[in-house]
Amino acid sequence: MTAIADAGEVPLALRLRRAERMRRMKALALVVPLLLFLLFTFLVPIAGMLWRSVDDWEVAQVLPRTVAALGAWDGRDLPGEDAYAALAADLRQAYAERTVAVAAKRLNYAVNGFRTLLMSTARAIRDVPEPGAARATLAAIDPAWERRETWAAIHGARGPVTDFYLLAALDLRRDADGAVIGAPADQSIYRSVFARTFGIGLGVTALCLLLGFPVAYLLATLPARTSNLLMIFVLLPFWTSLLVRTCAWIVLLQSQGLVNDALRWTGAIDDPLRLIYNRTGVFIAMTHVLLPFMILPLYSVMKAIPPAYMRAAASLGAPPAVAFVRVYLPQTVPGVGAGCLLVFILAIGYYITPALVGGAGDQMISYFIAFYTTETVNWGLASALGAVLLAATLLLAVVYGRLVHGPSTTGGLKT
Amino acid sequence: MSDHAPRTAGQRIARAVTVTAAALVLVFLMAPILAIMPLSFSSGSYLTYPLPGLSLRWYEDFLGSERWMRSLWNSMVIGVAATVLSMVLGTLAALGLAQWKSRLKPLVLAVVLSPMVVPVVITAVGVYFFFAPLGLTGNFAGLILAHTALATPFVVITVSATLQGFDTNLSRAAASLGAPPLLAFRRVTLPLIAPGMASGALFAFATSFDEVVVVLFMAGPEQRTLPREMFSGIRENISPTITAAAVLLTLFSVLLLATLEWLRRRSERLRGMDGR
Repeated sequence: MTAIADAGEVPLALRLRRAERMRRMKALALVVPLLLFLLFTFLVPIAGMLWRSVDDWEVAQVLPRTVAALGAWDGRDLPGEDAYAALAADLRQAYAERTVAVAAKRLNYAVNGFRTLLMSTARAIRDVPEPGAARATLAAIDPAWERRETWAAIHGARGPVTDFYLLAALDLRRDADGAVIGAPADQSIYRSVFARTFGIGLGVTALCLLLGFPVAYLLATLPARTSNLLMIFVLLPFWTSLLVRTCAWIVLLQSQGLVNDALRWTGAIDDPLRLIYNRTGVFIAMTHVLLPFMILPLYSVMKAIPPAYMRAAASLGAPPAVAFVRVYLPQTVPGVGAGCLLVFILAIGYYITPALVGGAGDQMISYFIAFYTTETVNWGLASALGAVLLAATLLLAVVYGRLVHGPSTTGGLKT
Repeated sequence: MSDHAPRTAGQRIARAVTVTAAALVLVFLMAPILAIMPLSFSSGSYLTYPLPGLSLRWYEDFLGSERWMRSLWNSMVIGVAATVLSMVLGTLAALGLAQWKSRLKPLVLAVVLSPMVVPVVITAVGVYFFFAPLGLTGNFAGLILAHTALATPFVVITVSATLQGFDTNLSRAAASLGAPPLLAFRRVTLPLIAPGMASGALFAFATSFDEVVVVLFMAGPEQRTLPREMFSGIRENISPTITAAAVLLTLFSVLLLATLEWLRRRSERLRGMDGR
């Protein structure tokens, strides 16, 4: 009996597995076009950006002999005569090929003034130095070539990869001995930019929670007809163009704007308040834009809290305030967590709103990424700043995924 | 709703405070959109109240300006193309994901939805670096591709949501009655997920239509879109023409919102969820 049953089951199990595999292949075939598309338009571009944050090709390409000659250099003393001769040969060739500026720009990031040093040295080397006189020739052109730091900068930029830009994005650098040290105070800006970005993000998140909580509570506890009507107040701004809302805030908050006019009319102030093109404007406009992202998750969590719990608390003798704090509030925690994380994640990536309603001191990290990409064309630094922002965002997104969907995150879709 | 009706004086006060606070926040949400509307009908060229008189000159200015009209046209072209592309890719992916069971699924989903999470400036910089050597900057193709990547997650989410309540027995029944897969899809699955696809399309179009960061990096002078024109307009000095554009865009949002709400109700009715 069992033998017959076994003989019948094996092919069936096999057939089932085969059918299951077919189904899985078919399902996968439907997802593949989108995955390939995103690979080309999203994943590879971002991987490319990340690569640029560690890519260091300029010096190795323009000064290949120098980089090779410095290969055996221990970095403790000045390099030998061969390195000087290699540099002279490289610079003569690069000058003829007009590529000196490429290496000069990269080295200038590491040591201020290197651009001038390299360009003027390249211009000054007319002839091949006498054998053994390369060091003397270069030192005569510029005494900087007698300094260890100058050579350490070239050695540090030899490539093919570098941590230079990533360190720079955190206001760090390497000294001539290769140890990580803090950047000089006058060049330390990115830590404060990151602090400002996270500070504005936290402030906006707190404001959104403060303003969003009563609205979500009201919407969740009103009769459906009324709450659906009031929901328009939340959804219409949500669907209105970001530029329209930003523009509207500028019009409202300017010194001749409606808010200042109203305040003066009531006699609360005599001179117009500065409400725009500063931190106040950034907070107001960003809170307005991000508020729906707080209200909607809060609302859906509050809507699901059974009113019976509050009734039970009341019937057990809890005063309303106690029941609210001890029974209702703890149940809103998932919504509060989701809303706060969502708003914070979106806020730290903001660019357009602070650029339009903030002052020079209110620009967030995205502004600097854009600035180094399009204005000063320091793509390595732009990419490194982007890498840090991306890392922070993805970390928070993973936390958000765990919070909203449990440990096996499925993005809200049933598996 | 008697569960939340206040019973004691303390509760009444708490309720009054909540209602007042919520009302103030709702006013805060709507105020800027409402405040900008009358200014667009001003006959003067300053954006201050009181209005010197009413006129439609700023609307005439907007509709008669070649620069604004071209940007509107560009936005439409890019928006429609990105919507169509993201509809095809997103709907197929949502159908596949609904049938696919695997340990890898959360990872694939994270990848598919990631364009929503990654700060748009990072996407813009990455795409700019990658597309520039391929000749995809300063033309429509590059913008459409980048906008499609940003918009597709919304289609995947909305279509997946309609598929969640989808009874797979319906397509099985169609198949057992002899319908070939494509016919069963067209006659059974498609009508049921159509509302999800439509709201996905609206989300996708709105995403592209409102996008300005990618455009800032990638568009040449020939591809300036409406948000791009508004961005430089706001940067330089806000003329009342921008407020006219803003009002028209807001009306457009109202239309989008109304359509979405209509679709949501229709979908619930179709799937027999009316009673909820």
